[in-house]
Amino acid sequence: MESTSQVTIDVEKIRNDFPALSQEVYGKPLVYLDNGATAQKPQLVIDAIDKYYRTDNSNIHRGVHFLSQQATTQYEEARKTIQRYINAPLEEEVLFTAGTTAGINMVAFSYGELLNAGDEIIISAMEHHSNIVPWQMVCERRGCVLKVIPMNERGELSMSAFEDLLSDKTRLVSVTHISNTLGTINPIKEIIQKAHEKGAVAFIDGAQSIQHMQVDVQDLDCDFYAFSGHKVFGPTGVGVLYGKKEILDKMPPYQGGGDMIEKVTFEKTTYNVLPHKFEAGTPHIAGGICLGKAFEYLNELDMDAVQAYETELAQYAEEQLMQFEGMRIIGTAKNKTSVVSFVVEGLHPFDIGTLLDKQGIAVRTGHHCTQPIMDFFKIPGTIRASFAFYNTKEEVDQLIAGVKRCINMLR
Amino acid sequence: MTLEEKQQDIIDEFGIYDDWMDKYEYIIELGKDLPLIKEDKKTEDKLIEGCQSRVWLDTEVIDDVMHFTADSDAIITKGIIGLLIRVLDKETPKTVATCDLHFIREIGLQEHLSPTRANGLASMVKKMKISALKAAAQQE
Repeated sequence: MESTSQVTIDVEKIRNDFPALSQEVYGKPLVYLDNGATAQKPQLVIDAIDKYYRTDNSNIHRGVHFLSQQATTQYEEARKTIQRYINAPLEEEVLFTAGTTAGINMVAFSYGELLNAGDEIIISAMEHHSNIVPWQMVCERRGCVLKVIPMNERGELSMSAFEDLLSDKTRLVSVTHISNTLGTINPIKEIIQKAHEKGAVAFIDGAQSIQHMQVDVQDLDCDFYAFSGHKVFGPTGVGVLYGKKEILDKMPPYQGGGDMIEKVTFEKTTYNVLPHKFEAGTPHIAGGICLGKAFEYLNELDMDAVQAYETELAQYAEEQLMQFEGMRIIGTAKNKTSVVSFVVEGLHPFDIGTLLDKQGIAVRTGHHCTQPIMDFFKIPGTIRASFAFYNTKEEVDQLIAGVKRCINMLR
Repeated sequence: MTLEEKQQDIIDEFGIYDDWMDKYEYIIELGKDLPLIKEDKKTEDKLIEGCQSRVWLDTEVIDDVMHFTADSDAIITKGIIGLLIRVLDKETPKTVATCDLHFIREIGLQEHLSPTRANGLASMVKKMKISALKAAAQQE
């Protein structure tokens, strides 16, 4: 991990914005270190959800009445906020989805329709199940071949192996920006560029990245970038798929229904333009609007400082954890974000997770929907502490004290 | 001791702990006394694969009562299995099949039996009850 000493975020002030953080569980102050699973919500997002259902609730698009027009404006404003945040060239390239998984499945289905037998799809050894299974389904349906970029013991992808896997048959490369289990930040810019050199499109799973760093889809030059609202301090059930217009235009619709059509007759239906072509049915309107609010919140933060601060926290946690005998950090990539996965020799992650919980410390245990990574490291699961910018050094100390107590009890 | 008395016994034992960690310290101790399934019986058909921890369970009917042995790779899971077996062991199939294991709720461990907990315990209790139902049907 690279260390930066310039930390310019006011954590105390930030914590006050997140009401869930100040509660107690089992009579102990909550130490929330499960941000990789979902992030807590700032007051501004919570207020926006409340306001939407109290006063603004209405179905969007095509409504002639006041509330509908108002809700439509807010929903489309949220799209623009997100467009600006990720620096997408066009607002219709920002599609609202139900989350990262939905975005991947949409592209796997729809772009998959353009693939043929023998075409190759490349993913990596550290993908979340949601960036494995949809592509396996495409391969089954279309007769494509799935290839996997291997990683080393540190949890870093082999770029030379990736280059060997690339061929004239490669049509799509889908890689996670940041591993949810290992914290590895993948060199996606290079991956995207190499995919393009072979004429393949590049899909980036951004579920674990956009909350930790500035993401610029034009700079990355990715063809698709998907993320979930709830991990970015927004509501659950909403997410975003960015896609390049020229590619989205070529793709057939994923789901049919209202909003995605131009004209329907029993003989033939023509489809609406982007983004509506891929947004059939009434969307999660409150979700979209409030996800926009979450990005307004992020806009106020210096994301470089956030990343530096979070990395420092994780680094401190790793250093402290190493004092325990039998401790093994899973994922030691040079370029890493604020995810700390670990196992303690002879102890089951489930036991440690359960005992940490009873001390008020929320971590995640298990395979984190990445069973191939567990197989690679030959472990049943890990204990994962994942940090956000509202976590503190004191909380890391509580985690360490908690782990110490677990080890004493279990050994 | 009736099944109900056994449940009450456990509730009383846990009553002295008001701290969660003390409670778990005790569960970990109980895990060490679990009547372990024989290693050669740890076969695929005895395995209950939870998402997080794995459980092996063997059921036998001897002299018209149920006998259970089990194991788990997680100590806390083992401790809770120990409690369940303490209550259900040597009971008739009919009792096992129909009883309400309310002690788990009363000592505050119901989360471990929730199907979403993914530690294999909910499936284990189901398996215990199904084998008891089968045995009860054979006895009739």
